[in-house]
Amino acid sequence: MKLPRSRMSLRDLASEAVAGIMQRPARSALTAVGTVLGVGALIAVTGLTSTAASQIDARFSELTATEVTVDDIAPDVPGQAGPAFPSDADAQVQRLHGVTAAGVSWHVRLQPGQDIASGPPGAIYTTSDRQAQLTAASAGALRAAGPTLQQGRSYDEFHDQHREHVAVLGAATAARLGITDLRNQPAVFIGSSPFAVIGILADVQRRPDLLSSVIVPRTTAEELWGPPTDDRAKMLITTQLGAAAQIAAEAPVALRPDHPDYLRATPPPDPRSLRSGVENDLGQLFLLLAAVCLVIGAVGIANTTLVAVLERSGEIGLRRALGARARHITTQFLAESMALGLLGGLVGASLGTVTIVAVAAAKQWTPVLHPATIATAPLLGLATGLLAGAYPAWRASRIQPAEALRR
Amino acid sequence: MSAPPVIELRQAGLTYPGPPEVAALRPCDLTVQRGEYITIVGPSGAGKSTFLNIIGLLDQPTSGSYLLDGIDTAAVTDAERTALRGMRIGFVFQSFHLLSHRTARENVELAMVYQRTPRGTRKQRAEQALRRVGLGHRLDALPTRLSGGERQRVAIARALAAEPSLLLCDEPTGNLDSQTAASVLDLLDGLHHDGMTVVVITHDLEVARRGQRTITIRDGEVLA
Ligand SMILES: Nc1ncnc2c1ncn2[C@@H]1O[C@H](COP(=O)(O)OP(=O)(O)OP(=O)(O)O)[C@@H](O)[C@H]1O
Ligand SMILES: [Mg+2]
Repeated sequence: MKLPRSRMSLRDLASEAVAGIMQRPARSALTAVGTVLGVGALIAVTGLTSTAASQIDARFSELTATEVTVDDIAPDVPGQAGPAFPSDADAQVQRLHGVTAAGVSWHVRLQPGQDIASGPPGAIYTTSDRQAQLTAASAGALRAAGPTLQQGRSYDEFHDQHREHVAVLGAATAARLGITDLRNQPAVFIGSSPFAVIGILADVQRRPDLLSSVIVPRTTAEELWGPPTDDRAKMLITTQLGAAAQIAAEAPVALRPDHPDYLRATPPPDPRSLRSGVENDLGQLFLLLAAVCLVIGAVGIANTTLVAVLERSGEIGLRRALGARARHITTQFLAESMALGLLGGLVGASLGTVTIVAVAAAKQWTPVLHPATIATAPLLGLATGLLAGAYPAWRASRIQPAEALRR
Repeated sequence: MSAPPVIELRQAGLTYPGPPEVAALRPCDLTVQRGEYITIVGPSGAGKSTFLNIIGLLDQPTSGSYLLDGIDTAAVTDAERTALRGMRIGFVFQSFHLLSHRTARENVELAMVYQRTPRGTRKQRAEQALRRVGLGHRLDALPTRLSGGERQRVAIARALAAEPSLLLCDEPTGNLDSQTAASVLDLLDGLHHDGMTVVVITHDLEVARRGQRTITIRDGEVLA
């Protein structure tokens, strides 16, 4: 004879599980907190990492990828002083394959009383600009800055070699000095020395400080004010794309074959190392914390479900008496713990997303979060619930109905 | 062909393995026909609940055999036995065993969840059963809002809902005062009158007198 078996519809399973959770709503909510924190932290960390990484991507343009700076780090030995950069520095570096422009520059410190002004000191019409900086730059350095000229021209190697008294002004400085039209052949006075203004910069690609500077040829500056003092010279090199790292390695040797250690070349940062830097530092710590939260969440669910199983042994016995098989009991308790995990995952995912958006808004970043991450979060909660519910559910299925109903 | 007896015990006995071994029910023969009203009495620890567990398929005899509606319950699988229990036996317990957070109707419906009875049918039958026990006006009440007698009526409605062949009651009036108990027993009388096979365990002789036949169990021995 063929007898029917007990069966339960999925819908009934779901509604029994929900009813089980709703029996003690406060306890269920507290139980889910661990999962909420775990999943929330996980989402927040991965989201913030990808958000931060994408900001680095945005900043890390082609411009930065083709820039090398060389610093003078020669030891300060008295008597042996003098710039680490040789006088033919530009030419030495420009010879290297892959260099598009290179040049040395430094800020000139003026003596007290020496002003940058539009006329000779003391003249009635003289306007001085105390905010202006005086920059000594070789012709190559000016080229490497990627200037766009508003008027006139920039100086070249000829001016540099002949110690010409010419100057290129940043747009801001020109405006403050009242120099608007180069057709009048204006001059700028540095101290009492006049310099012919031959160009006004509208913009530069690099070294934005040049826009508020008076830029004079390197040799002229050396003749008038001596070599760079404590504000040391720097070399700016622009390269072809992909050549920067190689140039950074070669430049100190090309400049000072005798003492390459006097110079330090800084290649552009590797974008990959920047990104993993973010992931390494705080990210990993937080991921660990998130994992710990998730484990605590799982233990919480396991504990609560186990307590519930023991508390509800009468109910389990009754269900068995009403025709539930052991597997129906197992699935019901698993469904309850999975629903708790799913709930925790959903709430956690929302909180995590809110955190990312809030942090991004505060930092004026564009929040970046992969949809797959948000989609996996509730599944992660579900898996936590499944794992946590396994043992209690098994215990529940082992409860003998005759024993459970005796009470 | 006449219908098989609802209960047929053939030298059925149960010994708990222990240690120590407990011969909770010594091998006995018993036949209960459809529509009978049997009461079982005996002192505490005599083996009444053990006996009920066997005929309720909550436990299996360790010797002999038990036929429910002519089906040898030892010859079927565990899953089939569980289904038999759910469909053919209605249980009523001393402590009601109602789910306190579910309404009377939901408690009654639970008896049909594991039969996969369609929701509509389930609802309808639950209402019918609750009306049968005189609780047609308390369908959506929570058990915590019901009196003891009303709770036991809900439990009886639940036992009836799946339309069983056998109603098994273990001390159904044990938690009730005598007046409430009487009304519950009147309800059982009515069910018997309508053709239900009823087995009631009690140690109250007053209750025992309600049955057509009383079986005494003493020290695991079934005395007809
Ligand atoms: N799981 C078990 N293991 C061992 N012995 C048991 C077990 N269950 C019951 N017993 C013993 O079997 C005997 C019969 O118990 P049973 O519960 O059937 O008594 P009862 O007649 O229902 O008593 P009461 O009127 O107090 O409910 C008792 O001596 C009891 O201790
Ligand atoms: Mg008993």
